Amino acid sequence: MAANPLHGVAIVGAYNTRQARSVEVSETELLIDAMHGAVRSAALTLADVDGLHCTSSTRGWRPREVAMWLGRPIWTGSSDVGIAAVLEAALAIASGQATTVLIATAQAGEYVNRVETAPWTKPSHEFTECFGLFTAAEFALIARRHMHLYGTRCEDLAEVAASIRNHGARNPQAVMFERFVTRADVLASRQIAEPFRLLDCALTNEGGAGLVLTSAERARELPVQPIWLLGGALDRYGMSYVTPPVWERFGDVGARAGQLAFGQCGLAPSDVDVAELYDPFSFEVIRQLEALGFCARGEGGAFVRGGRIAVGGELPVATNGGLLSFSHAGLAQLLQKPIAAVQQLRGELPTALSVPDARVAIATNGGAGALFCDVLLLGTQPA
Amino acid sequence: MSERPLPRPTPLSQPHWDGARGGVLRVQRCRDCGSHVFIPQPLCAACQSTALVWTESRGHGNVYSWTVVHRAPHPSFATPYVVAIVALDEGFEMLANLECEHAQIAIGMRVRISFRALSAEISLPYFVCE
Repeated sequence: MAANPLHGVAIVGAYNTRQARSVEVSETELLIDAMHGAVRSAALTLADVDGLHCTSSTRGWRPREVAMWLGRPIWTGSSDVGIAAVLEAALAIASGQATTVLIATAQAGEYVNRVETAPWTKPSHEFTECFGLFTAAEFALIARRHMHLYGTRCEDLAEVAASIRNHGARNPQAVMFERFVTRADVLASRQIAEPFRLLDCALTNEGGAGLVLTSAERARELPVQPIWLLGGALDRYGMSYVTPPVWERFGDVGARAGQLAFGQCGLAPSDVDVAELYDPFSFEVIRQLEALGFCARGEGGAFVRGGRIAVGGELPVATNGGLLSFSHAGLAQLLQKPIAAVQQLRGELPTALSVPDARVAIATNGGAGALFCDVLLLGTQPA
Repeated sequence: MSERPLPRPTPLSQPHWDGARGGVLRVQRCRDCGSHVFIPQPLCAACQSTALVWTESRGHGNVYSWTVVHRAPHPSFATPYVVAIVALDEGFEMLANLECEHAQIAIGMRVRISFRALSAEISLPYFVCE
């Protein structure tokens, strides 16, 4: 079989705009900031880019619209976001359609009616919306079933939430910087959708992010440390939040993608130094640890006990503070998972959050409640 | 107070909502493999057959999982309320509200369907203890 085309591509730029409950600039300004910041972190300018995938949530900027800003013919991505966009861009580079691709996204001004939950938490669908379903309830239904089958405890969920939130508390870029919490704080926070309490749930804020990928050849010419694509795959069952989230049917989403990604580079979960797992709700981390093979089915609750997933533990998870404390801006957080992995592998996160000698990182998007889970493996050395 | 969001039936789902209006739970069944298919689809996900026909479920089943919602997505929902996944006896699952004492809810509890007319076109299913 031919060599995996992903292995000829590196991430050379990674950037987060300001993340805040309100960023106080327009979404378009935020997107432009994300674009400039990402190319700057790759020691490039927009003149060096020959592919882009730039989107926004509220205004709804699409890649082809934004392509107009560059004033020359370039490659553009399709509508998908986050890790899926990274893999699409990588394949465009590997097949010679582009050399350097900028992915950027931003959201501001989308969540204005605070009487309701955030717009991105409540997709309109005829078999969910009318029953008062929204993202927290969807993920709660999966969590409850897991607790029933395997004895997973609310304390285990609280351990995940406190661990990740305390990463964010040490990250000056996090929305919840300096907001340390204990497990007891999580368990005492108000109920949202049982078993989830407020501190088990992701933030709702504004922010943007950008990432630059380029060919191996070009990456080696740049004065920045390239981070190499080792493997990646997507697991999708269908559209999110339309069908009952049944654990026995959807609880292993991501397992296939994880096996494929590890198989692409001959690595195993035991080779992973940092896990930037998607953390919309505390329980989802427990589920992914099982699905991705870091522990056996049903053992995720026990796995997270005793500080194992905190920086300094055996497998640090969501080291920038994740969706629970760093940022959850609607879609930007999808891209912020690979960005966190890149920053961790480059040693760019604050010292208090750095995992010494981290060589291999996994990043994920999605979760069982949403019926998809995308996986990306990154490393300091090429595959 | 804004109004509770109501389902907007599609050509594919219309038979389900027509059934609900008459107090009947209608679900698709695959003539080739016998699977019940819900939510409505143009194709059976178990065997990819397009030979789907509408049939009636008795509307009895077990609570598969549930959550008590305290923070509603929309102010038209009075909190707290329960959303459950019910495993119907015919072998498919559906989401709906469960109306009963919260303290008595347990996975495996027997429930049956009921319907409440919310407009001329839409009657919404919900579950109660059997």
